[in-house]
Amino acid sequence: MIEKIFQTEIMYQQVLDENGNIDEKLYPHDLSDDKLLKMYYYMTLSRAFDNKLISLQRQGRAVTYAPAMGEEAVQVGAASALRDKDYFVPNYRQHVIYFMRGLPIEKYMLSWRGFEEGLEIPPEVHGFPVVVPVGSQIPHAVGVAYALKLRNDGQVVLTFVGDGATSEGDFYEGMNFAGVLKVPLITIIENNQYAISTPRSKQTAAKTLAQKAVAAGIRAIQVDGNDVIGVYKAVKDAIDTIGEGPMLIEAITYRMAFHTTSDNPALYRTKEEEKEWKRRDPIDRMRKFLEKKGLWDSEKEKELWEKHQEALNKAVETADKFVPDPKSMFNVFSFLPETLKEEMEEYFGDGNEG
Amino acid sequence: MGMKANMVEALNNALNIIMDRDERAVILGEDVGTEGGVFRVTTGLKQKYGEHRVIDTPLAESTIIGMSIGLALMGLHPFPEIQFAGFSYVSFNQLVSHAARYRSRSRSSFFLPMVVRMPSGGGVKALEIHSENPETYYAYSQGLIILEPSTPYDAKGLLISASRLNDPVIFLEPLKLYRLFREEIPEEPYEVPIGRANILRKGNEVTIVTYGPTVPDVLKVVDKKKVDAEVIDLRSIVPLDEKTILDSVKKTGRVMIVHQAPLSFGVGAEIAARISEKAIYSLEAPIVRIASPSIPYPFPGYEDYYIPDERRIEKGLDKLMSA
Repeated sequence: MIEKIFQTEIMYQQVLDENGNIDEKLYPHDLSDDKLLKMYYYMTLSRAFDNKLISLQRQGRAVTYAPAMGEEAVQVGAASALRDKDYFVPNYRQHVIYFMRGLPIEKYMLSWRGFEEGLEIPPEVHGFPVVVPVGSQIPHAVGVAYALKLRNDGQVVLTFVGDGATSEGDFYEGMNFAGVLKVPLITIIENNQYAISTPRSKQTAAKTLAQKAVAAGIRAIQVDGNDVIGVYKAVKDAIDTIGEGPMLIEAITYRMAFHTTSDNPALYRTKEEEKEWKRRDPIDRMRKFLEKKGLWDSEKEKELWEKHQEALNKAVETADKFVPDPKSMFNVFSFLPETLKEEMEEYFGDGNEG
Repeated sequence: MGMKANMVEALNNALNIIMDRDERAVILGEDVGTEGGVFRVTTGLKQKYGEHRVIDTPLAESTIIGMSIGLALMGLHPFPEIQFAGFSYVSFNQLVSHAARYRSRSRSSFFLPMVVRMPSGGGVKALEIHSENPETYYAYSQGLIILEPSTPYDAKGLLISASRLNDPVIFLEPLKLYRLFREEIPEEPYEVPIGRANILRKGNEVTIVTYGPTVPDVLKVVDKKKVDAEVIDLRSIVPLDEKTILDSVKKTGRVMIVHQAPLSFGVGAEIAARISEKAIYSLEAPIVRIASPSIPYPFPGYEDYYIPDERRIEKGLDKLMSA
């Protein structure tokens, strides 16, 4: 005897198309004009922050930097659906979400100038430090989500990985734990088509990344990641139904710039491809929509970028004033062991020297 | 009130005290719930504290540690169990890249109260990767506290002390000693200080530094040879109680370091280096190290030829005393 015992399907969702038109049936009507404008504000702030950090890096005033260019709709759309009580666990590319949740730009900027002080994150941000080893934050997000489940207050955790991270063991393990423990975890795959130079097609033979949820017994959807409203809707729907279990959302987007400032995309992709995705720039799409709605014009656009520029210049000025304290490096334990104290004193003197 | 306990029972008693006292304490790992762990250290805890606090997890060490990090970030106090220390290598990235660094990378705005328990070392003819002594890996990762008791009394007291730290702790349990002997321990909570070695025998002629699975063998040799030896049980590898070692060496002028982990780059190398830096003029003879050879832990058939036993400890001591 042989019979079918299981089958599944993965849905693809888009609400706002490339021309700025919306699908009325799917449009989330809880989105006020104010909220739409806020989304646009943060999408553009993210782009401006990228430009500023790239420029600082080129001047030797920032360390290697990973821009979010092209992925603003995924990040801003998802984080806009979060409530203050929810948490987020980033990798290293979701800069703007820290700003959306109250971490000052000049503070966070310090981390990209090479100082841990930039990741002194106040508890009310409900967010965690940048994590570098790819995919390794997923298990942390599972733990955070388990703690929230114990609190039983309807809170969720939002975490982010790239397409490359879906090949990591921690990704599979984390999804599996999330399914078994039924924790309130929403995982976004920011599928920007490349893990440095490795294209999505060489990462997995699976047709979608979203379907990796199926083996873990959790829900999944694929969305247009350059559609900020669609991403918002997918995350909002996941939050509203989180009692049914965790959710994996694959957002199809494009890394418009390099992996980091050390990378050269000309080695592995064509100008034509980049141009094609430039046409689908998530910021242009949202602006078209806002213009059609009568919420935006060129005057406002000009003012907004000036405002971002001013805020970023001020942040750089403040960050420039930061004075590093090398002794703070020895803050490794809740106490200073004798042997470590001795090493510190040998490096820095007995406290009277700097 | 006292109770007779072997190390497994002492640890179980400590976990009961911790779980009772602190609602934030959570135990997780493979088979830790219904079964009570493969060595039964967590016996009865799931039944008593519920499956939400004593979690039987899927079989994935990296996420057992990674999830514990997430729990600790949220103010809980996880006690993950890794079934055998050799399996902790699967979670190496979580321990070294995250647990050890989280406080540092966030300048203390986040810290991780968590105690990673794992049965460590060999001596019971177990299968491959079931007898590893991983302390050097974790001691070298800068940011993890490393403890290893050698008696039921210390096991309970150290675990309770570890539960009061806001730091990630690797708690190595020498599985050879789990059920080797019972001793009288208090039923009440008590603490054994972290970062303080225990002087098991006072002596003036020679210092023997050891910890974990080799402690009983060292004591047997010392008693048999009737040497006036000072025996130091480290208990705490990070932080290292350098002062107790140096004070003793300055007094005796001779030192032997004994551990079950392999010789090269081991804990003994670190201790020997510190003695060389700070007490070399007190030495009357070259430092002797007795350890497993610098080769992979063999299959159980060869184990007796591999780990330091009484014979090798005695030989080392003879060499040191005649130098």
